[in-house]
Amino acid sequence: MLSVENLSVARGGMPVLSGVSFTLAAGEALVLRGPNGIGKTTLLRTLAGLQPPLSGRIEMAEGAGAYASHADGIKAQLTVAENLAFWAEVHGGKLTDAVFEAFELTELRDRLAGTLSAGQKRRTGLARLGVVGRPVLFLDEPTVSLDRFSVRMFATFLRDTHLAGGGCAVIATHIDLGLEAPELDLTPYAAAWDAGGGADEAFL
Amino acid sequence: MIALLLRDMTLAVRAGGGFGLGLAFFLIVVVLVPFGVGPEAAVLTRIAPGILWVAALLAALLSLDRIFALDWEDGSLPLLATSPLPLEAVALMKALAHWVTTGLPLTLAAPVLGFLLTLAPEAYVWLLASLALGTPALSMIGTFGAALTVGLRRGGLLMSLLVLPLYVPTLIFGAEAVRRGAEGTGATTPLLFMAGITFGTIALLPFAAAAALRVNLR
Amino acid sequence: MSIWEYANPKKFIATTTPVIPWLFAAAGVAIVGALIWGFFFTPDDYRQGSTVKIIYLHVPSAMMAINTWVMMLVASLIWLVRRHHVSALAARAAAPVGIVMTLLALFTGAIWGQPMWGTWWAWDPRLTSFLILFLFYLGYVALWQAIDDPDTAADLTAVLCIVGSVFAVLSRYAVLFWNQGLHQGASLSLDAEENVADVFYYPLLLSLAGFVLLFLALVLLRTQTEIRVRRTRALLARSRRAAPEARA
Repeated sequence: MLSVENLSVARGGMPVLSGVSFTLAAGEALVLRGPNGIGKTTLLRTLAGLQPPLSGRIEMAEGAGAYASHADGIKAQLTVAENLAFWAEVHGGKLTDAVFEAFELTELRDRLAGTLSAGQKRRTGLARLGVVGRPVLFLDEPTVSLDRFSVRMFATFLRDTHLAGGGCAVIATHIDLGLEAPELDLTPYAAAWDAGGGADEAFL
Repeated sequence: MIALLLRDMTLAVRAGGGFGLGLAFFLIVVVLVPFGVGPEAAVLTRIAPGILWVAALLAALLSLDRIFALDWEDGSLPLLATSPLPLEAVALMKALAHWVTTGLPLTLAAPVLGFLLTLAPEAYVWLLASLALGTPALSMIGTFGAALTVGLRRGGLLMSLLVLPLYVPTLIFGAEAVRRGAEGTGATTPLLFMAGITFGTIALLPFAAAAALRVNLR
Repeated sequence: MSIWEYANPKKFIATTTPVIPWLFAAAGVAIVGALIWGFFFTPDDYRQGSTVKIIYLHVPSAMMAINTWVMMLVASLIWLVRRHHVSALAARAAAPVGIVMTLLALFTGAIWGQPMWGTWWAWDPRLTSFLILFLFYLGYVALWQAIDDPDTAADLTAVLCIVGSVFAVLSRYAVLFWNQGLHQGASLSLDAEENVADVFYYPLLLSLAGFVLLFLALVLLRTQTEIRVRRTRALLARSRRAAPEARA
């Protein structure tokens, strides 16, 4: 479903990762590991198509990927249901009760998102992934500000709904989600300090 | 696309100040002018077309930096960029939402304020027509300026500096149409020129705005 | 061997360094020569008297003000299409030169206008257009200054330059329309080219050539500076990356 070959990515004109390769089939997940600043976010943004790779290949069906970052994209002035309905409509998907149940939002659906706690807001942001109908998820620290119970809830959604439904996911996280997913430590892929290919290369 | 338009309009209404602030600013500027130039009706009648257009332009400018800044801060913008909506459509819808919440109310309020400035009676219809045709261009050009400066911490002032020179042709043709309407000398020509600018910007600037957004999201 | 080889920063610096002094020298000779020729060896105009002689500064600076923008537009397009950094930096380097040329044109115009029309400034279409051009330059430079990442800044300013060019042309025609609309037929034409006699024409041409050479010299020099700034930045970034490994 997703095949990455010899990928190099840059941040601020400097290469950060090089030679990253992996493949994911339907139902598989991959957990990215590595110290802060290694380039997890940059890699995910590149995979999601927000920035171009320096070199290498990303093979994925057009419009299959969905990206979720630290920021939720949740509007404080809209209710939980309105927020999710918007993203469902943009993606041409449907907003079903199942999504509210999966993220325990049923009772909050008519609350303004601005009145939610940080964890509840985060759950709303993650519930967005349930309505966009995209098979390949790129998740950047999805469990920030979630309590242990909510983390398990999210892991359950990933495993039983998303992956079981034939999707796949690349997840950058520092905690154990309880998924039986292989881990990819990015430390060996860190670009050498004199690696070429960045925007500054012509000037060195 | 419609979902985005509706969302932005809902946000403008609920956040307060979407409709109200621009209109209030428009009113205040127009009220201040007689204090500055004196209460003589003849003088006011003469400068009314220009003042109304400049005030409407500044009122439209006021809310431009909200077009993308809020979506940038809460992370909606990268999510929109990876959604099936093309960024060009996002830019166009953002401009449309800005026009509905700013340009349209300004257009409708302008005749009332024209009354305050003793605008010539023949000019009212031209004032309405020129603002209705011209404010969409103001919103579209402003959306482009907002897209250019979206990633900057203090982009608001810079955006005004970038956008105001781009407003020159629209302002000239718009105010000229009203002035000629007041004098009764062929206001159609400037109005047509301005319509050309408006349709041209709507056709082309979404692409420039989307290109700027892509660069800023990188 | 293609012309794009000179888009390599090192090659660009190596090639232009020996040329720049000659360009400055030639520009100096041409401008000083044209001014001396124009000031002392041409007759006074029968109508304008000696004030006509400011033409040798006014017309070239005005032409260069517009040409600089055109050069920036071309450089921006090259950057967007071919991603040559030198092109983007040349556009950046040219903008302040354009600002100075525009200001020079406006000031010499005011000095000329005062005795001729009895006013330093009039909302004549041509004067107004230059004022608007000045605003465009300001916005362009401000956008370059405001963005930290050099490639992002290059991309965004290039887009602004292209859109701005279209609107600058629109403004020019809008302003023509606007002023004729204000006072029918009345026009304070600055168009000296149409009726300038041969005796003024040749020194003017020489001065114009001098301004072009000066522009080239300044832009090449400033582009070199921009390249070196960018190189310093790149080296600093690289040494910051290398430092932890050196310690380990």
